[in-house]
Amino acid sequence: MKSYVPNTEKERLEMLAEIGMSSMDDLFTDIPADLKLDRKLDLPDPMSESELRDLIRGFVYLNEEGGPLFRGAGAYRHYTPSVVPQLAMRSEFYTAYTPYQAEMSQGMLQSLFEYQTVICRLTGLDAANASVYDGATAAAESMLMLRDNKRKKKILYAESLNPDVITVMHTYAHCAGLELFKIPMTDKGTADIAAIEANMEGAAGYIGATPNYFGNIEPMDKIAEAVHAKGGLLVAYVNPITLGVLKRPADYGADIAIGDGQPLGLPLAFGGPYVGFMAATKKLMRNLPGRIAGETRDAEGNRVFVLTLQAREQHIRREMAASNICSNQMLCAIMASMYCCVMGPKGMREVGEQNVAKAHLLAKKLCEIEGVKLRFPETPFFNEFVIDVPCADDINKALMNYSITGGLVLPDGGMLWCATEMNSVDEFDFVCDIIQDTVDSMGGEE
Amino acid sequence: MVPNDRKYTRDHEWVMVEGSIAKMGITAHAAEALGDIVYVELPAVGDETTAGESYCVVESVKASSSVFSAVTGTVVEVNEELDGAPEMLNEDAFGNFIAAVEFTEINEAELMDAEEYEKFCEEEA
Amino acid sequence: MRSEYKLIFERSHEGRRAYDLPKCDAPDAMNEIPECFRAESELALPELGEVDLVRHFTNLSRRNFGVDNGFYPLGSCTMKYNPKINEELAPMFDDVHPLLEPEMAQGCLALMADMEHMLCEICGMDAFTLQPAAGAHGELTGLMHIRAYHEHRGDFERKVMIVPDAAHGTNPASAAMAGFKVKEIKSAPDGGVDLDALRAAVGPDTAGLMLTNPSTLGLFERNIKEIAKIVHEAGGLLYYDGANLNAIMGIVRPGDMGFDVMHINLHKTFSTPHGGGGPGSGPVGVKSHLIPFMPVPRIEQKDDMLVLNYDKPDSIGKIKSFYGNFGVIAKAYCYIRSLGGEGLKEASENAVLNANYVMNKLRGIYDIPHDRTCMHECVVTPTEEMMKNEIHTSDIAKALIDRGYHPPTIYFPLIVHEAMMIEPTETESRETLDEFVEAMRGIAEQVKTDAAAIHAAPVTTPVGRPDEVTAARKPIVKYEEE
Repeated sequence: MKSYVPNTEKERLEMLAEIGMSSMDDLFTDIPADLKLDRKLDLPDPMSESELRDLIRGFVYLNEEGGPLFRGAGAYRHYTPSVVPQLAMRSEFYTAYTPYQAEMSQGMLQSLFEYQTVICRLTGLDAANASVYDGATAAAESMLMLRDNKRKKKILYAESLNPDVITVMHTYAHCAGLELFKIPMTDKGTADIAAIEANMEGAAGYIGATPNYFGNIEPMDKIAEAVHAKGGLLVAYVNPITLGVLKRPADYGADIAIGDGQPLGLPLAFGGPYVGFMAATKKLMRNLPGRIAGETRDAEGNRVFVLTLQAREQHIRREMAASNICSNQMLCAIMASMYCCVMGPKGMREVGEQNVAKAHLLAKKLCEIEGVKLRFPETPFFNEFVIDVPCADDINKALMNYSITGGLVLPDGGMLWCATEMNSVDEFDFVCDIIQDTVDSMGGEE
Repeated sequence: MVPNDRKYTRDHEWVMVEGSIAKMGITAHAAEALGDIVYVELPAVGDETTAGESYCVVESVKASSSVFSAVTGTVVEVNEELDGAPEMLNEDAFGNFIAAVEFTEINEAELMDAEEYEKFCEEEA
Repeated sequence: MRSEYKLIFERSHEGRRAYDLPKCDAPDAMNEIPECFRAESELALPELGEVDLVRHFTNLSRRNFGVDNGFYPLGSCTMKYNPKINEELAPMFDDVHPLLEPEMAQGCLALMADMEHMLCEICGMDAFTLQPAAGAHGELTGLMHIRAYHEHRGDFERKVMIVPDAAHGTNPASAAMAGFKVKEIKSAPDGGVDLDALRAAVGPDTAGLMLTNPSTLGLFERNIKEIAKIVHEAGGLLYYDGANLNAIMGIVRPGDMGFDVMHINLHKTFSTPHGGGGPGSGPVGVKSHLIPFMPVPRIEQKDDMLVLNYDKPDSIGKIKSFYGNFGVIAKAYCYIRSLGGEGLKEASENAVLNANYVMNKLRGIYDIPHDRTCMHECVVTPTEEMMKNEIHTSDIAKALIDRGYHPPTIYFPLIVHEAMMIEPTETESRETLDEFVEAMRGIAEQVKTDAAAIHAAPVTTPVGRPDEVTAARKPIVKYEEE
């Protein structure tokens, strides 16, 4: 049986004796006897390493994945350079905790400072925090930033945000007593700017994504104008891997930029752990939730990194704190930072260009199939797009037979497809053939 | 030490009344207790204050402390200098106000004069 | 000894590269995106060759201290050993997309369903959700259940969450975020909940009480039954902060103590690495009366398949994308399956034994404000003599760093002046504990002979004590080229 307790039975008894006890039970006399568990925990028997390995392999076999993947919708398959997970597995990093003791935690603190700098450079903004749980909770926290900064409870959000993000925002907003107001999407698949103009009065700000859930690139400069005209703040929810080729939040005047850092070298891992990033203008820096690393000096004048602005946080402000966040996603943040440093300026541009190239070719090929149409043909996109097809579920079933994961079927029957640098043109042709066959056979049945 | 041109609260704030305007700040005793002040979260002009309720937060590295208003009214001026130089409160707490409030209500009976406040501090210690 | 370390941005040389990408077999399509949406410049990221990048981070890691480097008795954080096998197995799920059709993700769903059942058994609860990403996130989620429970009964007056003054800072912060007013109650002299204060605090506005048991003093709350009775009779619910669960596995269960809802920190009790501050995982367990309010989706068995059910009209909604930090959950699952029920109990017993062993040896060297059998952690303070020599808890912490240890949690709990909260965990050997106690004794001796040396500590680290005041007054939070 596996045990990570090094002390032998004999040593344990000696230690007990030293504190004047004769058995382990003596340690627990403060616990009322009638509350104690009078039986053994009903759990499976312990396992050796090799048995455990077989058990986990069994779960892996139960999953049917591994083939070509054309699905994004908030989680993306990109190439992870091998140095990223290898470096993150340095156990000095991953077996540490929050760097409370700066002198012996410079590695983590400096990595964090570098991560914050990377996020600032991706977004063009002035300050970033040490991460929150994921993109959705970053959106929820950004609502609280808007509320605290503008002291208003009304917040506008785009209908075209990821539905998970919207649901999480509603969950938080209910508790915070915030009034969320939905800005509908036009038939072009982007936010209805007239609706923003008409409803900004009395609102703290607007939260919208680009590219949005449906893959469409939003006219953020015009949105920013509409939001700022009424004194509101603009929160841009962005996919960070687009920022090598697309405008950055500061370029169009966003006050806060948020998003999920998963595309930056983090595995899909069935939904987590990912990393929520948050950046803001200098004016809003103190409204950022959670940890922030800062630069200072020691007595000899050496550059030192520390956790700073801590008096904003829960361990000091308690119920007055803007957020309760304590543990964040530090290791994931550092992986994202490592990814960006491996890629560099040219790699970030190239990976963006490849995604655009692949997605547009896939879209073109899909639309050559009769009955398949781009839903928003006039709107530019990055690596995701929606098509309308006669038989989305049948298409995915047919693809599944070849271990291919097709686009995500939307509630209205459309399909949200994604192509990244990980997909090849051969895959596109194969997929299009299967879809063609599926569409043909449907036609035959009718 | 404690200037007698103003009044004091039990939470170690001072208030100086001129006509309908009350200038407010924290006492040297409060500043010392906090240690090195690193940030003052100022109210905004136009904010309403309520006597006995917090209108400002003062932060040191490892603590944050609410500053309570001695009056009910509307903030008409804030000491913006504190935004870039919070250490001014450590250096001269009585010489640097936090906010000026046009007040509608002040509970004089709750306030102490300099002599009473000094005695209060001694008793508290 | 002291040395600055260049930032990665300061190591950049234009034109160097560490990346490669698959050949692009599709034609360039950037012209499909109108110019007004395109970036005007390349990102200002560093350019390094792969070896220089690897050395940068490898050497950075050497300026850090983790459990694998040495003893890390950071109280309330349960810095136990993180088994290597779990690090190897969890990545086997790395390529699973979260939005696969359920029939393609049966393995992940089965693991999660199994995990939920095991956590129910360990904690005596009726159902668990694995969605929250960390302890504080779990607290918020759990409190949302309490709020939904009262609102569902049409009782909108219960707006007050009672929190003892010994609680973790996350407790009041989470309660405020969940929309409650926080009522803090003072602890009794013995460190437990003051029953009279609690009786005086409860009323028709009581939504619930948040409690850590064992408490942040490392003491088991002996009056727990009475506390539960007082809160329940007042119509409130009982929230269990599971930060200290490592003391009681297989011995007593929160559900049996009367708690209605709780969270667990998988990164504490169930050995998943803390990652330098995260990712963690904070599953929330509830009793049956709170099941309708649990976050969606719920994993359910339908015919011979596990499915995700989003159709729960009374649910609080979602508190995170997808289903939680699956990678962390998988590691904790491996841990529980490795140890089994007996192994978990053995872990808790030895965690408590180690804490009492350390406390006993420190008696007489340091003060122990609540000197009775502790659970998995103990709280000690500097002696009066040390304080007279101007040696504070922070100085002792810095002196410990020079002796090769990560210091305990300091200045917490707030109700103990100058607290040092020591949590050894079960994975430390007797000689490690002995050596730590000797280091603590050495510091106590040095206070008498050379207090100045302690004020100067640490001297063995790459940098000295940082100027935190300047860091906070004039914050520099990102690198800028000069």
